[in-house]
Amino acid sequence: MKFLKLILKNAFRHKVRATLTIIGIAVAVTAFGVLRTVVTAWYVGVDAAASNRLITRQAISFIFPLPYAYKEKIAAVPGIEAISFMNWFGGVYLDKKNFFARMAVDAETAFDVYPEFLIAPDQLATFKAERNACVIGAELAKQYNLKIGDPMSLDGDIYPGRWDFVIRGIYTPKFDNTDATQMFFQWNYLNERILQDMPQRANDVGWYVTRITNPDDAATISSQIDELFMNSSAETKSETEGEFTRGFISASGAILGAMNFMSFTIVAIIMLVLANTMMMSARERTREYAILKTLGFSVPQISWLILGESLVLSILGGALGLLLTAPLVKGFAAAVPKGWFPVFKIEPITMALLIAAVIFIGLASAIFPIRRAASTSIVDGMRFMG
Amino acid sequence: MPHLIEIKALAKSYWRDGFEIPVLNNININVEKGDYLALMGPSGSGKSTLLNLIAGIDRPSKGEVVVDGTNIAKLGESELARWRANNIGFIFQFYNLIPVLTAYDNVGLPLLLTKLGKAEQKKHIETALSIVGLGDRMKHYPKQLSGGQEQRVAIARAIVTDPQILVADEPTGDLDRNSAEEILTLMKRLNEEFGKTIIMVTHDPHAAESAKKTLNLEKGDLIGSSK
Repeated sequence: MKFLKLILKNAFRHKVRATLTIIGIAVAVTAFGVLRTVVTAWYVGVDAAASNRLITRQAISFIFPLPYAYKEKIAAVPGIEAISFMNWFGGVYLDKKNFFARMAVDAETAFDVYPEFLIAPDQLATFKAERNACVIGAELAKQYNLKIGDPMSLDGDIYPGRWDFVIRGIYTPKFDNTDATQMFFQWNYLNERILQDMPQRANDVGWYVTRITNPDDAATISSQIDELFMNSSAETKSETEGEFTRGFISASGAILGAMNFMSFTIVAIIMLVLANTMMMSARERTREYAILKTLGFSVPQISWLILGESLVLSILGGALGLLLTAPLVKGFAAAVPKGWFPVFKIEPITMALLIAAVIFIGLASAIFPIRRAASTSIVDGMRFMG
Repeated sequence: MPHLIEIKALAKSYWRDGFEIPVLNNININVEKGDYLALMGPSGSGKSTLLNLIAGIDRPSKGEVVVDGTNIAKLGESELARWRANNIGFIFQFYNLIPVLTAYDNVGLPLLLTKLGKAEQKKHIETALSIVGLGDRMKHYPKQLSGGQEQRVAIARAIVTDPQILVADEPTGDLDRNSAEEILTLMKRLNEEFGKTIIMVTHDPHAAESAKKTLNLEKGDLIGSSK
């Protein structure tokens, strides 16, 4: 602490250089924070996945449906507590850019297998009773200023035509990472219209969702389900919800990989910038370090001065970057349709990575200047003319 | 009574591009407590190297430098740094003050290495600055001071820890005549009034006159002394 004044004076000896370095670090930290938040937001579905939930889909691809008739057979597999199913509806709400998940679900069982979607019992009862009822997430209601009783119409694409609904329930998320941007309506409503308009597509479900008693039995139960439909025209692939979501995300693996690479490259670049600043400072002060040595400062004490200076710049830049990251992430979340990133916030792991990156930048940038100051003798240092 | 500084068979060589360049050869000097010694000689005679060896900022190739019973050539780097902090005050030709620190903070630098509290440090700094006549310039930065004033701040920094030995390398070399005279008067006062042992390297015969004794070096050899 007794060196703090000297460290601060040295850090801001060249005010323009120090300010530009701090701004550079702040920009890099902000970019790192936003990119990492995008990456973590992408994986939020994996984090939110329940370990006691299995997804059973068509073995070829989840875009191909499964027969409704599989329901009873799957439900009979030992270890399964509850079963539900759903179809990805797609469609357009008001405008194509309004993206969020719209699902035709089994109204009787959907909220049994997704207990993290909290809904009032009277709203759930109405949802089950009315054919054209729908339930939406609280975030979605907030985004489009919707309330119970409001009509909600979709223009179908996978299932063509105009689809009219009435909002009869608004679910709230149980956890921070629970997606509250989805819309659910009755699968029966969908199936009845398909029976009329496209009978060849009727009685199909997108995938089955099952809740199992013991998560440790997931692999065994998955195998048992898939064996039931082996060699059928619609073979199944069952896996935990986490694996299913991860598989879904893997389609975007290259983009996420590039984002990860970019975020760490930014840290590496700014580390070189700060290291360069510190090297210049140390080089300019070669003579001063020699003077300090003559006054009795030891090499470790001079190393602390250099390290302290490097940490002051990196921490100030990092703190500024963190301050900028929060509103930028908020702005990004507001600008991007809610359905793209249902949960878009700075995760604790991102904060931890940011802080670690800032400290690492400060430490690593001081290594070469310290080595130089330590290895230069007093006599050589005194002769240095910069 | 033992000598304050005993220099025995001291030699120093530097290596440049594979060649050994001898700088000092077999130097033997005794310095008593309270001495004021001037080291004179032409450029390249080895006087600054000798001063560096006495002050423990360079290491001899051969021989010993024993200061107050301690053979400083045998001290490790950290021990030597501590020894310098406790025993030596440095005065340089170009003052070598830290430009971003005030006169007060520059003088206080060596005290950062002590266990003195803030109040005690303040007392030491104010005393040192008042001895050199700059009690009213404490808040000034080096660039706000004249050359002579900067050198007086450097002297205050050298004496703030009350070391018994002051080493000065061309302390008047960068000053005008009047400022040089002030510095020489101040150094004489430090020697006579405060009992500091001073070893000064100088080109200037007038500066050397203020010392009690002058040693002459040439091509690394001690060629004589005069009163």
